[in-house]
Amino acid sequence: MSDSKIITNAEAPEGYSGEGFFATKLSDVVGMARANSLWPLPFATSCCGIEFMATMASHYDVARFGSERMSFSPRQADMLLVMGTIAKKMAPILRQVYEQMAEPRWVISVGACACSGGIFDTYSVLQGIDKVIPVDVYVPGCPPRPEQILDGIMRLQDMVRTESVRRRSSPEYTELLASYNIK
Amino acid sequence: MSDLLLPPELRYAGIIEQRKNEDGSELSILNLGPTHPATHGIFQNILLMDGERIIEGEGTVGYIHRAFEKIAENRPFYQITPLTDRMNYCSSPINNMGWWMTLEKALGVEVPKRVQYLRVIVMELARISDHIICNSVLGVDTGALTGFLYVFQYREKIYEIYEEICGARLTTNMGRIGGFEREWSPLAFEKINTLLEEFPPIWKEFENLLARNRIFMDRTIDVGPISAERAISYGFTGPNLRAAGVDYDIRVMQPYSSYEDFEFNIPVGKSGDTYDRFCVRNAEVWESLSIIKQALAKLPEGPYHANVPDYYLPPKEEVYHNMEALIYHFKIVMGEVPVPVTEVYHPVEGGNGELGFYLVTDGSRTPYRLHFRRPCFIYYQAFNEMVKGQMLSDAIATLSSLNVIAGELDA
Amino acid sequence: MALENPVIQQALTDSFGSAVSDFQQIHDILTFEVAADSISEVMLFLRDDATLRFNFLTTLCGMHFPDASTDRQFAVVYHMHNWIDNVRIRIKCYLNAKNPQIDTVSSIFLSANWQERETYDFFGIIFKGHPQLKRILNMDEMVSFPMRKEFPLEDGGRTDKDDRFFGRTTDNC
Repeated sequence: MSDSKIITNAEAPEGYSGEGFFATKLSDVVGMARANSLWPLPFATSCCGIEFMATMASHYDVARFGSERMSFSPRQADMLLVMGTIAKKMAPILRQVYEQMAEPRWVISVGACACSGGIFDTYSVLQGIDKVIPVDVYVPGCPPRPEQILDGIMRLQDMVRTESVRRRSSPEYTELLASYNIK
Repeated sequence: MSDLLLPPELRYAGIIEQRKNEDGSELSILNLGPTHPATHGIFQNILLMDGERIIEGEGTVGYIHRAFEKIAENRPFYQITPLTDRMNYCSSPINNMGWWMTLEKALGVEVPKRVQYLRVIVMELARISDHIICNSVLGVDTGALTGFLYVFQYREKIYEIYEEICGARLTTNMGRIGGFEREWSPLAFEKINTLLEEFPPIWKEFENLLARNRIFMDRTIDVGPISAERAISYGFTGPNLRAAGVDYDIRVMQPYSSYEDFEFNIPVGKSGDTYDRFCVRNAEVWESLSIIKQALAKLPEGPYHANVPDYYLPPKEEVYHNMEALIYHFKIVMGEVPVPVTEVYHPVEGGNGELGFYLVTDGSRTPYRLHFRRPCFIYYQAFNEMVKGQMLSDAIATLSSLNVIAGELDA
Repeated sequence: MALENPVIQQALTDSFGSAVSDFQQIHDILTFEVAADSISEVMLFLRDDATLRFNFLTTLCGMHFPDASTDRQFAVVYHMHNWIDNVRIRIKCYLNAKNPQIDTVSSIFLSANWQERETYDFFGIIFKGHPQLKRILNMDEMVSFPMRKEFPLEDGGRTDKDDRFFGRTTDNC
């Protein structure tokens, strides 16, 4: 090892370091840990799901962003990636899956159909998942390229890194959940 | 009779009450889906289980019903192509080309030979792309993630070819009535030739990983079988039917788009089980590669679209300067072109079987009725019969090998 | 030896007389009309007869003609295919608007089971004798039949899209 330059996705937060210790803010460390290990729950319903499979595969590799393990159980997932059209028949199930996720949880809505109903302005399609669950990042596209999905995940990482550790018990968050009737 | 109208959970709860096993254990109900890692797409199956064995099951579909047939009644013909893309989204060019061929049949448009050969090339690429997904994901569901990672690289190469032709990766919206929007660039042909050289060894490697693999064979032989007579009665077509031993292929039965000029075999299986479906799809990829090679070798020169100014948009540069081009552009977009009042049914061989388009026109620029004969919807009915008496993991393997794509299931 | 249209027409009119009518060749498919109450005999005959041998039911769909006369407002269209002689036919059965009912063919061809459920779901056509006639693609609680022409495509209750910007008025959508 000639050069001691470290190449990393996860830079150390600002802090004061000394012999055998590093002092920084708790929220920075927690944010860094959370942002770099977001385990997704791929809620893939249609075409965007295939673009997600391409993102997961070796060419675009979402694992290098920390999303190594796809969790299909909501209890073990951090972020819910809703990819594809959500029909009105499916909306209660999406809601149930979201409610089963443990805090902290984030939602990325991938694709035009999940963001706003997409090209399917019909009686059977839910016009955007934000009608039933709160969404953090919207990735438009039909379907979005894998680079766009990765960009969405990176934006979410920025949000997670700078999120306050007290956010989930704050009154604004409680109000947000109450507006969706989520207990 | 009305018992079957109850939701399956209630019906099975009744059966559980009545029946007890000899050792005192009870049957149980398992809800497989709609969100489940192994179901590719969202459909639900409520299964009545005796431990690990499935006694009976009932499926619920419609979780992604997007009302395609209703949308199609309100859109002009060229705006229906994006809908067809999103049916079997793993092989969208086949759906697109099938739709254009249906329209050409209804309107009486003859396409030049070059267009037909180019269509064959892009449809066979789409078929390869669909079979790559199905077989590699069958590997993933039986635990073998490696094959998936190896061959998905080549799906990226196929996406690059689609991008060269039409600009989009997945939902291609390719072509127009009478041909293609633009001539294929030399880079597209270069990429296809590179794929034809680089892909065969990789596909061979993928086959070697799974086809004679002891574990894979144990997981898939005699799993989810169906006999040829039951399959025909259930309306199976495509690789699932060919695995049961019937060599029905629309490309041979009713050749369209110059398929009669190419020589290829139709691989068939014997028992219709999961292993046969896997092998039939493997063999079909080899046949598709051979067809693409033949088409490239014999590709005739000529225009990339038919000479039908009534239906084919004029080049944009001319629209700004040339009066006739402007008038045609206006008429085509506003829908004042002559559309005969007729009805036509045109099937193509999709990745999953006979994808048919039943179009009824009424002279206006939107169809009066457009019905898609979706192979997935028709053969998925047989799933519960195919897994009766098998174990849960067998049901997962069967579901994977049937290649049920939710977009095509529900439309 | 190919199965010619006149042969099919003759065989059907010999066995069913006036229940089958209006034979025409539309593009490459022989199309004819069958009275709604004899569809299952006709289909059984088409499948089992030694010369006709239509062994495959390709597809089954419904249609709605709100402008037609009351007893021809709904139609069920069947496409069948003979794999041995490679012949396709199209059968149309017109149904009454007030009471659209027809026999099921799911006992003859198992593939008709879900397709008839789909047709019921979209148009409200009742298939007598169907083992499980309930909605399949739409939500179970839905009361209306969405593919009928009077049912609108868009969800009237949506709040985020303004119809004025799509050029939609009460007249044209």
